Amino acid sequence: MSAPQTHLEILPRSVQLLLVLGLAALIAFPFVGTNFYIDMVNRMMILAIFAMSLDLLQGVTGLVSLGHAAYFGIAGYALAFLTPEGAPVSLYTSLPLAVGGSALAALIIGFLVVRTQGIYFIMVTMAFAQMVFFLFFDNKALGGSDGLFLNFKPDAVLIDLENKQVFYFFTLACLVGVYAFLRRLLWSPFGRALSGIRVNEHRMRALGFGTFSHKLAAFTLAGALAGLAGYLWAAQSGFVNPELMGFHMSAHAIMMVILGGMGNFAGAIIGAFSFEMLLHVFKDLPAVGNFETGKHWQMWMGLFIVALIVFAPKGILGLITRLFARKEERHE
Amino acid sequence: MSERQTLMSARQLTKRFGGLAAVNDVNVDLWLGHIHAVIGPNGAGKSTLTNLLSGDLPPTSGTITLDGHDITGWTPEKISRHRLGRSYQKTNIFRTFSVWDNVRLAAQSRERHAPWNPLRWLQSAAGLTAVNQRCERAIDLAGLTQRSQTVAATISHGEQRQLEIAMVLATDAEVMLLDEPLAGMGSEESAKMVEVLKRLRQTRAILLVEHDMDAVFAVADTITVMVNGEVLESGPPAQIKASVAVQQAYLGSEDSFHV
Amino acid sequence: MDLVNFSIQLLNSVQYGLLLFMLAAGLTLIFGIMGVVNLAHGSFYMLGAFLAWSLSGMLGSFTLAIIVGTVLSVVFGLLLEKLLFKHFYHRDHLDQVLLTFGLIYVFEEMRSMLWGDDVHGVQIPEALSASIALTDTLSYPVYRLFMSGVCLLLALGLYLLISKTRLGMKIRAGAFNHEMTEALGVNISLIHAVVFALGVGLASIAGMIAAPISSVYPNMGSQVLIMCFVVVVIGGIGSVRGALIAALLVGLVDTFGKVLLPQVSGMLVYVLMAAVLLYKPEGLFKQ
Repeated sequence: MSAPQTHLEILPRSVQLLLVLGLAALIAFPFVGTNFYIDMVNRMMILAIFAMSLDLLQGVTGLVSLGHAAYFGIAGYALAFLTPEGAPVSLYTSLPLAVGGSALAALIIGFLVVRTQGIYFIMVTMAFAQMVFFLFFDNKALGGSDGLFLNFKPDAVLIDLENKQVFYFFTLACLVGVYAFLRRLLWSPFGRALSGIRVNEHRMRALGFGTFSHKLAAFTLAGALAGLAGYLWAAQSGFVNPELMGFHMSAHAIMMVILGGMGNFAGAIIGAFSFEMLLHVFKDLPAVGNFETGKHWQMWMGLFIVALIVFAPKGILGLITRLFARKEERHE
Repeated sequence: MSERQTLMSARQLTKRFGGLAAVNDVNVDLWLGHIHAVIGPNGAGKSTLTNLLSGDLPPTSGTITLDGHDITGWTPEKISRHRLGRSYQKTNIFRTFSVWDNVRLAAQSRERHAPWNPLRWLQSAAGLTAVNQRCERAIDLAGLTQRSQTVAATISHGEQRQLEIAMVLATDAEVMLLDEPLAGMGSEESAKMVEVLKRLRQTRAILLVEHDMDAVFAVADTITVMVNGEVLESGPPAQIKASVAVQQAYLGSEDSFHV
Repeated sequence: MDLVNFSIQLLNSVQYGLLLFMLAAGLTLIFGIMGVVNLAHGSFYMLGAFLAWSLSGMLGSFTLAIIVGTVLSVVFGLLLEKLLFKHFYHRDHLDQVLLTFGLIYVFEEMRSMLWGDDVHGVQIPEALSASIALTDTLSYPVYRLFMSGVCLLLALGLYLLISKTRLGMKIRAGAFNHEMTEALGVNISLIHAVVFALGVGLASIAGMIAAPISSVYPNMGSQVLIMCFVVVVIGGIGSVRGALIAALLVGLVDTFGKVLLPQVSGMLVYVLMAAVLLYKPEGLFKQ
């Protein structure tokens, strides 16, 4: 019904194809990959869910949050607290509780933060996330700087999540489910209102939309979905520490979303996978003479980010669509 | 004079910025089936008045009533939900959306959509028939049917002004505040818009801030002339046309008062 | 708490607050005038500290190190503005956030390559190493008073610059209305460069004078950055006066919090920020 957007909400054929191929590859992967790589791809899928949750906030609603990792970490810690020393905890109780915890935190912090605009919003989201970070970092009772271990994966009764491949497919199911949900939401009345808020909040208010409650709802939902990702992360890695809620984690999320392309959730998935792969590439760079190239991966990552912002601010999807647009022009 | 139903009124409305009174002790009434035009030289306070009535600016003193409620100090969202709509002098559209999406969003605003309702997250916005109907009607009325699939940033300035009107129409507002709707329109488009206003008049109360004197005198039932934030004179078009005080107010200003 | 202890904590609060002000003032000016959010602002603080350490080693004098260090930092800041930041004034905040986050990584690595990853101490210069005796057992270091003194002096200088000089007037005009100021013939790029250099310089000096007390270590920039942001939020973007008051408030809350309520001291400042936001979402002294 709508005309092509500059914000790439309607996915071009090329991207849809890419996603389908990607899904096929993800399904096939556990049958050909080693345990090490299954773990790695599993982590990427979890980060993709995390990135999509941020995309809802950032790409769709236009709220740049530098503290989104707080909700990622809270759910992870919730699972850590709920998992007893000697036995697993039920998936069916721990998952809603953990995600609910993240959602509640997002609701409370969101209530304080959504009333601010622009730069303020960026800074206060960061500040509150740091507050959560210090809450866990400074308190031995909450694990302190060392963090907490989980001795068991959650018990799903019907399937065995301790099995790597089973857990992998469970994560994949969550990834697909979240993607489908968010795509549906994007074209719902709520999603359309959020897009309107991003493009012209003033007019939305003049039209009678309660923009505060819309933004708060988006903030809370995004927090809940980040919690889902954090829960899976804790379950998979068996370990949580305050870094999961830290500034760097939040900034990584932003970078993943930007790298892929904002506003359509497909970009978030692409960005998450690309970012992690890039990180591995930089860390594994062979030494040039005496210079340990890999050790200084932060430098290459930093330069890459700077280059990305300067030359390709619309990310990978932006580049793909530009490429295909030019091809179409030549055909005409 | 037949019984007039007052939909909106303002009494002793004043807005000060520091020492300057942009709007000073202004009374205005908007009646159903009536177009009330507000004219005056630049800087007269017309836009400020509109902003006060729509809730975009809080008044320094005075009261505003809408449909029986005292709306002084209400937020724009709340006022809008009480069936007031406004168009802007400086085009205030969703530039990256298509014309259809602009108006559709305006039409959607009338649905009682609590953002916390998960059902609203899964419904398809394009499937809301009532919204689509309102949208189509508004676009048609504003004369933009040919352009509905075009991105709003790429249509002509005059068409963007039409879009402004379409958005207000889509909200089915009972009281409409139109801030220079004809600005930037060619004579043919202006004439069409004047016809639209005439058609709308029967079921709305309209405040029309305008510089286009031909349009104002073709369509207004009452004209209020503002100068330096105050009401100079208010009355039927014939009275304003003949008024010496009004002629003098325009003398020496950039606007001309030739009818 | 007796009077002596209270006075010590009060002095510490003021010293910490003034140091934060040095950083926050630059940040709030750069936000307010150029509209740029700079996450790498903390890196300039770190730069100052490392320069203080390496230059005092090379030149043998702390004072000389500060002078040379300030010059070097300002030059670095001007280059950065001209080559990179200048092109981002009109960009989305998001782009700026990412750009400056990338810069944090780059600066950390540059620091690592230039000066290594170890923690270093900087000697307090002889002349300032004494302590003022307050009681039989307690004394207050002269150096901390020196730090407060330097910050106050610079704060005064900043105030005079902005409110009493023509340059300051142009800076304020530029913050108020860009196009108009440009149309009036004021060289707006020069103003931007000056403001940016000022911000970098203040942050760097803060790092230099703090070095003997806080030591010099990797990542010292990020920790102070968050506090800086909190100060700017509480004070209101663009308001230097707000930054001063907010910085002192934060200094008080943090210092006394650590002493009186150590279990929650880390969170107190954020509670303060939350309270301010509820009452004034744009900060106490928003322009």
